[in-house]
Amino acid sequence: MNQNLPTEDNSATLEEILKLDGITKRFGNLTANDGISLSLAVGEILAVLGENGAGKTTLMNIIFGHYVADEGSVEVRGQSLPPGSSEAAIKAGIGMVHQHFTLAENLTVLENIILGREPLFSIRQKLSAGRRKLRALSEQFGLDVQPDTLVGDLTVGQRQRVEILKALYADAQILILDEPTAVLTPQETENLFATLRSLVKKGMSAIIISHKLNEILRISDRIALLRRGKLIGVVDAKDADRDQLAEMMVGRKVTRPKTQSLKAGAAVLKLENVSTSGASSSEDLKNVNLSIHAHEICGVAGVAGNGQNSLADLICGIRAPSSGSIELMGKKLTRFDCRTVVKAGVGRIPEDRHAKGIIGEMAVWENLVSEDLRQPPFIRGAFLLDKSAGCDHAASTIERYDIRCPGPQAETRLLSGGNLQKLILARGLSRQPRLIIASQPSRGLDEGAIAYVHGQLLEARKHGAGILLISEDLDELLSLADRIAVIFRGQLREIPAEASHDIRQIGLMMSGQEAV
Amino acid sequence: MADIFEILTTLGFWAATLRIVSPLIFGTLGELLCERAGVLNLGIEGIMTIGAMAGWMWVFQGGDLWTAVLFAAFVGGIFGLLHASFTVYLGVSQHVTGIGITLLAVALSSYIFRMMLPEVTTPPKIVPFQIYEVPLLHEIPFVGPVLFSQTPLTYLALLLVPVVWYLLYRTPMGLAIRMAGENPVAVEAQGIDVLMVRTAAVVAGSAMMAIGGAFLTLSAFDAFYFGMINGRGWICIALVIFASWRPGKALIAALLFAGLDALQVRAQQVGGAVIPYQFFLALPYLLTIAAMVVMSRRTAYPKALLKPFRRGDRI
Ligand SMILES: Nc1ncnc2c1ncn2[C@@H]1O[C@H](COP(=O)(O)OP(=O)(O)OP(=O)(O)O)[C@@H](O)[C@H]1O
Ligand SMILES: [Mg+2]
Repeated sequence: MNQNLPTEDNSATLEEILKLDGITKRFGNLTANDGISLSLAVGEILAVLGENGAGKTTLMNIIFGHYVADEGSVEVRGQSLPPGSSEAAIKAGIGMVHQHFTLAENLTVLENIILGREPLFSIRQKLSAGRRKLRALSEQFGLDVQPDTLVGDLTVGQRQRVEILKALYADAQILILDEPTAVLTPQETENLFATLRSLVKKGMSAIIISHKLNEILRISDRIALLRRGKLIGVVDAKDADRDQLAEMMVGRKVTRPKTQSLKAGAAVLKLENVSTSGASSSEDLKNVNLSIHAHEICGVAGVAGNGQNSLADLICGIRAPSSGSIELMGKKLTRFDCRTVVKAGVGRIPEDRHAKGIIGEMAVWENLVSEDLRQPPFIRGAFLLDKSAGCDHAASTIERYDIRCPGPQAETRLLSGGNLQKLILARGLSRQPRLIIASQPSRGLDEGAIAYVHGQLLEARKHGAGILLISEDLDELLSLADRIAVIFRGQLREIPAEASHDIRQIGLMMSGQEAV
Repeated sequence: MADIFEILTTLGFWAATLRIVSPLIFGTLGELLCERAGVLNLGIEGIMTIGAMAGWMWVFQGGDLWTAVLFAAFVGGIFGLLHASFTVYLGVSQHVTGIGITLLAVALSSYIFRMMLPEVTTPPKIVPFQIYEVPLLHEIPFVGPVLFSQTPLTYLALLLVPVVWYLLYRTPMGLAIRMAGENPVAVEAQGIDVLMVRTAAVVAGSAMMAIGGAFLTLSAFDAFYFGMINGRGWICIALVIFASWRPGKALIAALLFAGLDALQVRAQQVGGAVIPYQFFLALPYLLTIAAMVVMSRRTAYPKALLKPFRRGDRI
């Protein structure tokens, strides 16, 4: 591998719009950014790549003025930005789409976008002028949203469009996108990239963060690699290849584990003619039949919003079926609540880490033991929580799952996006469930962590767990699953064994077209 | 039952309702403004007390009535600033700070009153606002005497409802306030100083509360008594929830409570022989609680209420 990569980046050939010089940021004794110098040229897409917790989001937050760097400066067109001022960053033409969206759900799209774009103390809000400008922008860039709907009613993909429109509305020249594709379907990702390309053609520049190496190679011009807060190199996208990037990023060679064939055991889950009601018509399950056996991974492919949530909620006891029967570990389920199901040996890796996964204000150890609260060793006497037992357990879990955080006592919300995901995974797997419901388990994880998660899932399978793997990532499904079913508008259809590696076939079924 | 119906048709009942509702409107709108920005202000009871004292003292020392209103608002704003510096800038618990402000302001009111008037035994009187009959309009039958023969501060209270509504829903500052109460990070991401927005809302809201207190000494009565706020501040907090944090509904909520209060006094005279008067006293509170339970079950409360925002914190 080429070890003589430039660690300072001097591509001053093109007109430079953004320049970072020696950015350092510390949180306590953790150095999240360590002397990072980077530049961005006009009309360029720069990708920032790095492990979970490498400091990518931190760096972007410094550019956008959310954080104040301890050392170093940010310059836009040769003018240095005052530290810690989003207002100045926006004025200088920087727009940011955050990893976790910054939208107010109870307000409309237009209100979210227009705030701050006119003097705060003016006597009248110019809503209709704003609406006109917004409509023109959405038309111009093909970003379709209704200005007067509440943000809370939008899908994730639509919310992201709102975030981008927010930046465009503020006349951004530099667009920062922090893991924009993590929550998008493949189709939405294509649309986003098309939008990005057209923006860049019009003279904008962009910084994009993603863990999906294929995407990065496709969309970006240059790639900056971060590891543990340090810039370890900048490479041209056309000279880079996937494996090399993965290795540079993690610092060792990563290979995703391979599945080996095992004989399936007894059924751990059996759904017979199950339907649900109460969600939207495309989310409600319709006469679903499914069985999962021990030593088996059953993949569910599908575009988000086709009933995956209903399926996962159903099996986890959050939602009751309106008809049909469910058998867990060979016993018919009569009571539908979480505790019964968890006791029966179901573990869940939820999709939405913030809403269902964790409580941000609590410590890491508290989140790690929260599903085992009623059991020893975490309980002392009748009802006392044993903190030291909890912390010990947490410390060993943190170590085993390589969760990067200051320690068991750290506040959970301070973890980086990918490390939150690892925490949830650790909690789900460490109790050795017999049936695992994993929804998008590798979303937002870096290459190394994905390899690790896959290894853990395969390990659980080897030890006799049945796994329902819900994912939008076909590569993931094809490499892990023993069987694949496709979910579309609440209907689940299994792919015949002979077609189970036919990506085109699966893709067609995901969009509702009949098997040919 | 028929008696109660009769009360509802009297001029006196409706005029009294409007008198009772005025301080509640100031208080409820003030609290609403604070909470819309994400800051619970439990200092309201104390701020109303010190507003009542400050307004009265201003006039007693020779000032005129309207500057007394301004002075009360100013004092209220100062206490709002105090509340904001603890809760908004330092991120201290809003409950604890609010209760502290109430205790401080109530004690300070009595202290200053005693210090400035050490001799007096009966509270001295001032000449309060007189009823101002709006030309022509007050001659409209029934509506005229009820709505258009009130003191100026009642008109101000009624006027404040559309003003606050306009501020919240039609101005950029109002949008910033609403968003600061929903998701402060979103406000910062738009380049606006969340702390400034929240502080402005708390200061303005507290000034309104103080005017509500001053209404009692400058308009309803003519003297300052200890304990004269008598829980009105707490009622305002309940009314804000009842109103689902909306100014228009806040007016309706306050009117409902005031109406029940006015009714209760009159019903005591009619039904006092059969039912103990304490029941009537408790009635407005009971019905408010009942209405709150029914009304506020599916309301969208400000999501970031009680949540401090710290700059440079994890997004
Ligand atoms: N406000 C904060 N206070 C304390 N620690 C923080 C704060 N923000 C970030 N960190 C820590 O800094 C490190 C870098 O975090 P950052 O969010 O930048 O990672 P990242 O590269 O974006 O990772 P991911 O890919 O998982 O999103 C992490 O260890 C994180 O816990
Ligand atoms: Mg990140």
